[in-house]
Amino acid sequence: MTYLPHTDAERAEMLKTIGVQKMEDLFRDVPDKVRFPKLGLPPAISEMEVMWELQNISGANVNVGEFPCFLGAGAYNHYVPVTVDYVLSRGEFYTAYTPYQPEISQGTLQAMFEYQSMMCALTGMEVSNASHYDGATSAAEGVMMAVAVSRGARRKVVISPAVHPQYRQVIYTYTQGMELEITGDENLQAGLADLVKLLDDQTAALVIQNPNFFGQMEDVQGLADQVHAVGALLIVVADPISLAMFTPPGAYGADIVCGEGQPLGIPLSYGGPYLGYFTSRKALVRQMAGRIVGQTVDIDNQRGYVLTLSTREQHIRREKATSNICSNQGLMALAAAVYMSTMGKCGLRTVAELCYHKSHYAAEKIDALRGYVVDIRRPFFKEFVVKCPTSVARVNRHLLHKWGIVGGYDLGRDYPHLKNHMLVAVTEMNRKEEIDALVAALKELAPTPARKVVKTAKQVAPKKAAARKTASKRRAR
Amino acid sequence: MTEPLVYEISAPGRCGVEMPEPDVPLAKLPEGMLRDDLPLPELSQVDVVRHYLRLSHLNYSVDKGFYPLGSCTMKYNPKVNEQAARLAGFVFAHPLQGLDTVQGNLVLMWALQEFLKEISGFAAISLQPAAGAHGEFAGILIIRAYHRSRGDIKRTKVLIPDSAHGTNPASTTMAGFTAVTVKSDMRGNVDLEALKVACDDTVAGIMITNPNTLGLFDEHIEQVIALVHDCGALVYGDGANLNALLGVVRPGDLGFDVMHFNLHKTFSTPHGGGGPGSGPVGVAAKLARFLPGPIAAIDEEADDDEQPTFKLAMPQDSIGPVKSFWGNFGILVRAYTYIRVHGPEGLRRVAEHAVLNANYLQARLKNTYPIPYADRICMHEFVAQGIVQGSDVRALDIAKRLIDLGYHPPTNYFPLIVQEALMIEPTETESKQTLDGFIDAMERIAQEAKESPQLLHEAPHTAPTRRLDEVKAAKQLVLCTTFPQD
Repeated sequence: MTYLPHTDAERAEMLKTIGVQKMEDLFRDVPDKVRFPKLGLPPAISEMEVMWELQNISGANVNVGEFPCFLGAGAYNHYVPVTVDYVLSRGEFYTAYTPYQPEISQGTLQAMFEYQSMMCALTGMEVSNASHYDGATSAAEGVMMAVAVSRGARRKVVISPAVHPQYRQVIYTYTQGMELEITGDENLQAGLADLVKLLDDQTAALVIQNPNFFGQMEDVQGLADQVHAVGALLIVVADPISLAMFTPPGAYGADIVCGEGQPLGIPLSYGGPYLGYFTSRKALVRQMAGRIVGQTVDIDNQRGYVLTLSTREQHIRREKATSNICSNQGLMALAAAVYMSTMGKCGLRTVAELCYHKSHYAAEKIDALRGYVVDIRRPFFKEFVVKCPTSVARVNRHLLHKWGIVGGYDLGRDYPHLKNHMLVAVTEMNRKEEIDALVAALKELAPTPARKVVKTAKQVAPKKAAARKTASKRRAR
Repeated sequence: MTEPLVYEISAPGRCGVEMPEPDVPLAKLPEGMLRDDLPLPELSQVDVVRHYLRLSHLNYSVDKGFYPLGSCTMKYNPKVNEQAARLAGFVFAHPLQGLDTVQGNLVLMWALQEFLKEISGFAAISLQPAAGAHGEFAGILIIRAYHRSRGDIKRTKVLIPDSAHGTNPASTTMAGFTAVTVKSDMRGNVDLEALKVACDDTVAGIMITNPNTLGLFDEHIEQVIALVHDCGALVYGDGANLNALLGVVRPGDLGFDVMHFNLHKTFSTPHGGGGPGSGPVGVAAKLARFLPGPIAAIDEEADDDEQPTFKLAMPQDSIGPVKSFWGNFGILVRAYTYIRVHGPEGLRRVAEHAVLNANYLQARLKNTYPIPYADRICMHEFVAQGIVQGSDVRALDIAKRLIDLGYHPPTNYFPLIVQEALMIEPTETESKQTLDGFIDAMERIAQEAKESPQLLHEAPHTAPTRRLDEVKAAKQLVLCTTFPQD
């Protein structure tokens, strides 16, 4: 068998050392009647054959490496510099375990410390953990942490409906056994002003997303003060690329900043593995969940790194832990560290600005089309909402089948009042020709201008009747 | 042998990759909303590569050597898995693409669900959880949802044997239950008398790791399950130790109701220095409607001319999604690859050789170190004690000395019920030669413990760093670097 090194002679010798006759004797504790079932799995194939099979399977997908992509909604087609996969492919990193033995894990530990440092730089916060599973679970951990900060006394959480719908669902899933009141998103059109009205002395946190799910920048002026006035925490979910150009949440008073780190050098991979990043103010670090790397020295006074504050964690605190999280997304955090190191200060700002300029170019061109409306007055980053003249499903079929373009996200799925509204994402990966093609493709679905046609008497009559009705109502008033 | 921090090799004006000039007219940047500084490092590409390569050299890894870390199943990570997961059709698929454009991904997910059902004896699987603890949490929420669906809301407790992983009680608390510890008996099994006392109509379920963290298959597993079922509670299986059971016994056949898998242990996907893992959850038929999701399902059945088509479907009374999108897909591809390369007989051989290797080590080490349950055949791992007669060395010292001799230490001080625990799991991919080398090292250390204990107290001597001051790290918190000012 491929990965088993045992020879027949070795096997026999080992069984003899153990003191049993045959392999089956090792399993005497397993109840007879269920022991050694015949598994109905397909027979084994070779390494070569499995690659054929998987090439075939993966080839059945449309992939955005070959098709222009304007789909975002929480997962983004950004450029991944070649350094990232080079480092991630090192067996020293990807075949290591969690760095519980720090003397032989300094590579992972220092890289995580650097990751934490760079996430703090990006978000403007003081501390970062070494990752959560993804943006949604990171947001859910933020909510649970806010409740824990109040020592469980505050049981209400206000959440903006402009937070990613999946994140809101995951927050509901995570907290279903906690008897919390989660409010704010019953009204899917609630703005920040409406949410602030819901804050009270029972509120543990306000959760917003900025840029929000629709790509728009929220007006956060004074928001943190209003949240802190009732003793609650402000949790901000943010696209990390946006933070390279926009004022970071740390600078406008956020207590917890978290979100999806996938844009930082992690491929789309059909939704995972991604990276939940999580940062906060230093005063809250003891309520933070997940692994945290700290700097220290060894007995020769040489600088080194260890997992620290482990008394928060499940393997020490068991049922009193801040969370049950154990494995995180370590390798993905390494990807983000290599990405940020490669892009650096200038490169990441350039990526953010390219997204900004290209999305604004696309938004203006689409807004100029007959039958399409884009709200271009409100500041946005790399995503925007397009009101379409027809269903988004129809638009996307047209884009894919006629033009070979992967279109945007159908907002009507989560927001009934946004039927026929499409969320379009534009990144540095979209060349001008692709944007122009998108605009041309959308134009084909634009309603034709109304032409004057002489109508029959029958067509005209009901209208006049309606007009008469309105007129008589007016008179009655 | 310290490597400077990435910030310490930074210089203003460097950049590791060139981005293209904008090819569209520039839009006006919004006033008053922009940041004026971004304290990220600035490195040339070669400096990035060298920095991370040098860091990689400071790590121990499965690719470098034997990693007998109990409870973690540090088996070889086949390289074909990595290549498979990097196929363009997988890597460049957006999770929200139309389902007709991702049929390849959906068929893979569906097939993996079917494989895991067959391997475990469960009726339905969700691939969504991202790690073992995540699957565990989902499983406990499923148990909660099941009782509530029956209007049975008085069940507030979850029983957890004292040998359990810390994630079990932590997941229990997160789901709103109270964890109640059940002790082990003299042979390392769940104590049946204690269990009988604990079982009543306030118990929602029990979380059992079988084989348990002592590496022992519970000799009364059928009675344990029957007792729990008789009081109306459900049985949760912690699948961390499934490697010992592949093709040997299916937890579903034993009567388990829910179990999570660790694809990053049993199915060879790499641990990545702490993740990403994948923790699918499997359930008996009556619980299928509560699974987290969506999960892959057949949309239109195959007929004579057409292949079936696949969709994502939310189970009817789902506990809800436990993460965004559909799971750690890239990890699913690796696990699928592993199962295809092994087939049914290959998977059984994996379990047999994992158990063979563990028992061989146990048999050879039991005369040198105390092994509390060495009278029993162990499964894929066993727990020795880091105690040497006539020496004051501790498990930690032995662990650190192993580093000097070129091995990754076993898990130490877990499980909590064994003093000075050294939990050893060799896995099936290690040869007799490797195991013999490890045995020699352990015997040498026992000798050193008597003759020159200081050598052990001060170990490691040859690692990139010496023992680190963990107390200082926790007291004088330095959790990120100070940023150089412009």
